[in-house]
Amino acid sequence: MTSAKIAESGVAVRVHQLRKSFGSQIVLDGVDLEIQPGEIFVLMGPSGSGKSVLLRHLIGLETADSGEILLNNTRIEDEGIRDRFRLAMVFQSGGLLNSLTVGENVGLYLSEHRLKPAAEIERIVQEKLALVHLGPKDSLKYPSELSGGMKKRVAIARALVMEPQVVLYDEPTSELDPLVAVTVGREIVRANAVTRATTLVVTHDRDLAFGIANRIAFLSEGRIVAVGTPEVIRASQDPLLRRFLSADFTRD
Amino acid sequence: MLVLFGATLRALPRIFRYRRNLAEQLFEIGNASLFMACVLSLFIGGVLSLQAGPLLAQRGLGSMLGGLVGASLAKELGPVMMSILIAGRIGSAMAAELGSMRVYQEIDALRTLNIDPVEYLVLPRVVAISLALPCLLVFSLLIGSAGGAFVAALNPEVAVSATAFFNSLKATLEPRDIIHGLIKTFLFAVTVGVVCCNQGLDTMGGPRGIGRSVTKAVVNSIVFILVLDYVITRMLLPFTQASMAGGF
Repeated sequence: MTSAKIAESGVAVRVHQLRKSFGSQIVLDGVDLEIQPGEIFVLMGPSGSGKSVLLRHLIGLETADSGEILLNNTRIEDEGIRDRFRLAMVFQSGGLLNSLTVGENVGLYLSEHRLKPAAEIERIVQEKLALVHLGPKDSLKYPSELSGGMKKRVAIARALVMEPQVVLYDEPTSELDPLVAVTVGREIVRANAVTRATTLVVTHDRDLAFGIANRIAFLSEGRIVAVGTPEVIRASQDPLLRRFLSADFTRD
Repeated sequence: MLVLFGATLRALPRIFRYRRNLAEQLFEIGNASLFMACVLSLFIGGVLSLQAGPLLAQRGLGSMLGGLVGASLAKELGPVMMSILIAGRIGSAMAAELGSMRVYQEIDALRTLNIDPVEYLVLPRVVAISLALPCLLVFSLLIGSAGGAFVAALNPEVAVSATAFFNSLKATLEPRDIIHGLIKTFLFAVTVGVVCCNQGLDTMGGPRGIGRSVTKAVVNSIVFILVLDYVITRMLLPFTQASMAGGF
């Protein structure tokens, strides 16, 4: 995928000097990022580098100690921001409500906010499930009956129902075998093509990052170490990034 | 906890929107606790008769046993025992369910869908427990009185017939005694609901955290019930003393 193909719609996301500490532990140490509208931006980094915490700030689940996040130049703390911009998030565990069926999970946003009549919600649910290659029979299942990959796909369908302008993915391929991980990666690209939403994927999966990203940022110890296209990141000589990219399992 | 209580109170006018969740919770509470409540009440009534019956009979006051058992059940033992039962049976389940939802990011997911977890999860639970627990008290009073009458009639040291037992109960127990019990039970129910939901929502640290939350939810609920019991009894005492004096 090239940046030329990036759609005009979506929302520009700008993170400026974001800082966050939990007690004495500094998790985000002045993060600066600019994400173009409609692009697939991958935030890559080792475990514990602060990727998921950054994502939780973007969706409003955490509050920064200092710094700001802007959506089309509007601060996310501003009143009414949720009415102006729709942000959806796909959680690492899926975050599906176990007491609801797949169909009820996917249609939850529409039914709880009473945005559509029941028949229309059912149609939209089936449409979004079809986008992630799930059928009407799957919509009657409960999350406990699904495999890890299916849960992630249902979570993607639930995010798409919101018709989001920004979609955030937290470790979408964690706990998945390589074949299912590839499928989920394809679903992310497909969802981006359909919705043209700005897509931010947090992962430590190098294959996924280089496979789907328009641009990649490398986060280490709460700081952005490198940002650029996959080619630029591959060519980077930053020692931390080189270590991360070249890490391999070899027997002595 | 007070913040959660305030938020639940503010959300109360929207309970009709969550009538399906409310019905599910009511069914769950009734299904899980009605049988246990009946068994517990039967034996509490029985043991009251067993303990107090011979003492009253020795003093020629055996005919007042029904009133004593009824008043004890309506104003003190029924509300407290039913609330403790519900804290253990339903409150623990609430804390575990919400704790698990918190740990497995279901509550975060609700927030990202712009759904308020207090309205969606806490409100139906607190309302359901507040409606169900006073109903359980009425069951408890009926079954407990039956248990008391049964023991009073069969125990030769007491030897009070069921008719005499219920006549005493009718003569002693006034509507305000039952209202006293219902007010207590309602306040205990709100407390158990809020304490247990609050513990569930505050869960941190995986499956061990869920276990800790459940334990804290039940223990804190019981402590609150017993402290509130004293406070409410003290406050309601002037209104019920007259009936006690008249009955005994």
